Amino acid sequence: MPNMSNVKMKMPEQEPNIRNGNFEEVALGYTEEMALEEAERCLNCKNKPCMSGCPVMVKIPEFISLVKEKKYKEAYLKIKETNSLPAVCGRVCPQETQCESKCVRGIKGEPVGIGRLERFCADWYMKNCKDEAEKPKTNGHRVAVVGAGPAGLTCAGDLARMGYEVTVFEAFHVAGGVLMYGIPEFRLPKAIVQREVDALKDMGVKIETDSVVGKAVSVDELLHEEGFEAVFIGTGAGLPTFMGIPGENYNGVYSANEFLTRTNLMKAYLDRYDTPIHRHKAVAVVGGGNVAMDAARCAKRLGAETVYIVYRRSLEEMPARVEEVHHAMDEGIIFKLLNNPVEILGDDKGWVAGMKCVEMELGEPDASGRRRPVAKQGSEFVLDVDAVIMAIGTTPNPLIRNTTEGLETNKKGCIVADAATGSTSKDGVYAGGDAVTGAATVILAMGAGKDAATAIDEYIKAKK
Amino acid sequence: MNKIVKKQVLNDQVTLMEVEAPRIARKGEPGQFIILRVNEQGERIPLTVAEYNREAGTITIIFQIVGATTMELNELNEGDYILDVAGPLGVASETEGIKRAAVIGGGLGCAIAYPQAKKLHSLGAHVDMIAGFRNKDLIILEDEMRNASSRLFVMTDDGSNGNKGFVTDKLKELLESGERYDVVIAIGPLIMMKFVAATTKPYNQKTVVSMNPIMIDGTGMCGGCRLTVDGKVKFACVDGPDFDGHLVDFDEAIRRAGMYKEQETRAREEHCRLMQQAQ
Repeated sequence: MPNMSNVKMKMPEQEPNIRNGNFEEVALGYTEEMALEEAERCLNCKNKPCMSGCPVMVKIPEFISLVKEKKYKEAYLKIKETNSLPAVCGRVCPQETQCESKCVRGIKGEPVGIGRLERFCADWYMKNCKDEAEKPKTNGHRVAVVGAGPAGLTCAGDLARMGYEVTVFEAFHVAGGVLMYGIPEFRLPKAIVQREVDALKDMGVKIETDSVVGKAVSVDELLHEEGFEAVFIGTGAGLPTFMGIPGENYNGVYSANEFLTRTNLMKAYLDRYDTPIHRHKAVAVVGGGNVAMDAARCAKRLGAETVYIVYRRSLEEMPARVEEVHHAMDEGIIFKLLNNPVEILGDDKGWVAGMKCVEMELGEPDASGRRRPVAKQGSEFVLDVDAVIMAIGTTPNPLIRNTTEGLETNKKGCIVADAATGSTSKDGVYAGGDAVTGAATVILAMGAGKDAATAIDEYIKAKK
Repeated sequence: MNKIVKKQVLNDQVTLMEVEAPRIARKGEPGQFIILRVNEQGERIPLTVAEYNREAGTITIIFQIVGATTMELNELNEGDYILDVAGPLGVASETEGIKRAAVIGGGLGCAIAYPQAKKLHSLGAHVDMIAGFRNKDLIILEDEMRNASSRLFVMTDDGSNGNKGFVTDKLKELLESGERYDVVIAIGPLIMMKFVAATTKPYNQKTVVSMNPIMIDGTGMCGGCRLTVDGKVKFACVDGPDFDGHLVDFDEAIRRAGMYKEQETRAREEHCRLMQQAQ
């Protein structure tokens, strides 16, 4: 008998006022009993609407049915058939706009907690099972992957499973990309990412860290001198954007990338690391996406008394995952909605001394379909802060496009790639993830990496 | 992991290391830099490459022992490994069309300036090299600089080498006497580069400075290294490190360089204390 409760089983969390002082994971995950109860809410619909909402087509009703039968390992492996990073996706996917938005239970109540069940399966597997690293038989063909983020790791994993010898080139000293440098420990423990990376290595994937493609070696050299038959570019969108307002170079103004990298990758929150970070008193984070929420919550955990999210539209237009917005609010982040910075003020030593903002109102819808925010005349005010973090988006890094002849990019600097295969204007070169779409989600990048792996396989087979 | 194949103490504050880094050695050019990390808890710091040995697959770095990271680096010896070395980063220095150049190095900056002088000299340019140090005990790379230039002027702040004055004094003297250059290249402390730029401005001498601000990734990702050049925001790691000295906002750069001064001092003291306890 299905569980006909109209609400999702709640997932236990650390208390807001405790967790905003530590970097431990916020959401604690379902217990077995909770998972079983939530799984029973799934009606196992014949036409599986949820799957159409998933960029990697996870076999959702099938894995949930296995959970109902307490076959957790099988459930995990079912997810793993199409999704190489279940523990990651269960935590960071925006399920409310993907799988869960299509769930029939959502019509009259809350949808099934698909993400939470996915996480449960992945965590259960990690706790109770050993990765059965099966090194696939090599087919003798070599593929290079540039960038060890979600797109690159997925592409590498899929190709390795098909028997390709894959080398991943990563500019940073660790693999994981945004999963390591961007998303904080309290939302995605780094040990989980590391385990996924290690699993790839066990499969025979080589990871060359500290290798900046475009500088140390070019894409053309990979293809023509180093013996790779195809290259997948998954270099993400790592270039920070600033607003272009006065005062942005004062000390105490950071890109979210810098602030998060210092905190997460370089572990500035741990005393035993050398990375310096300022413990500011009052911090304004500008932006309304997941990155803004992450930066605000990190600033709070680093000891800021007051942390503001300054966003020029209203809550409704906010692009961040709903759960993260709620978590941020619960943790005491103050949301200054319909506010826009116009100037950062400095003291005589060049440090941030405040941020001048204007109030906004929503006008006609713009190209994005969202109502365009317009400044209210005479509404200027000064927010009393000593640090400002800009989290207003990122664009693709120009390193690859500037050093790869014949690789077409658009005027936003994104690589032009076929949506279904990732093929680019250059023979043997494929691309996917944020490098193609501009800043988007982990799961979309994974989907693109997956599609490209299939296309690269076909390309190499056709050449033979 | 990159093996240290040679370590040489240049003076009690400056060390030279030759490190295995085949990819970087193959591609690097004067003016470019690496980012290195000494240990798991360490920082990522940028260091300009002094020399590339393409055949041996090694690069030479010369660093001043100023903070926790460079102290840790200096504790490594020949045969040890540096945990991470990434590069070559940044844009290589412009050398084309330069017939006459003044290359100015201040202190450790000489380690970065001399390879540029060497490259220009080897391309047939007339190179006047002016090197400045606080006193004669701190002079490094004198022979290398002499071999890399047409004329070498070594200045000391206190005159202990018999040549008292700042690099700007010598530069001004040369310019006053009618010397003209296609480019003046200045590499050293921010304040020195600021004054070199101020010295050359009235003579309308093109001046290139090498900026080395605080950065994390070195690939354009963090934006921590941003500078204002000609009123526009530039990232030193990808747009530089070389910029037109007459257009750089030095006061802002000096301010930004001091952003973590307190933490740096604390980390250095902490490290010294630890080392003393260990001895």
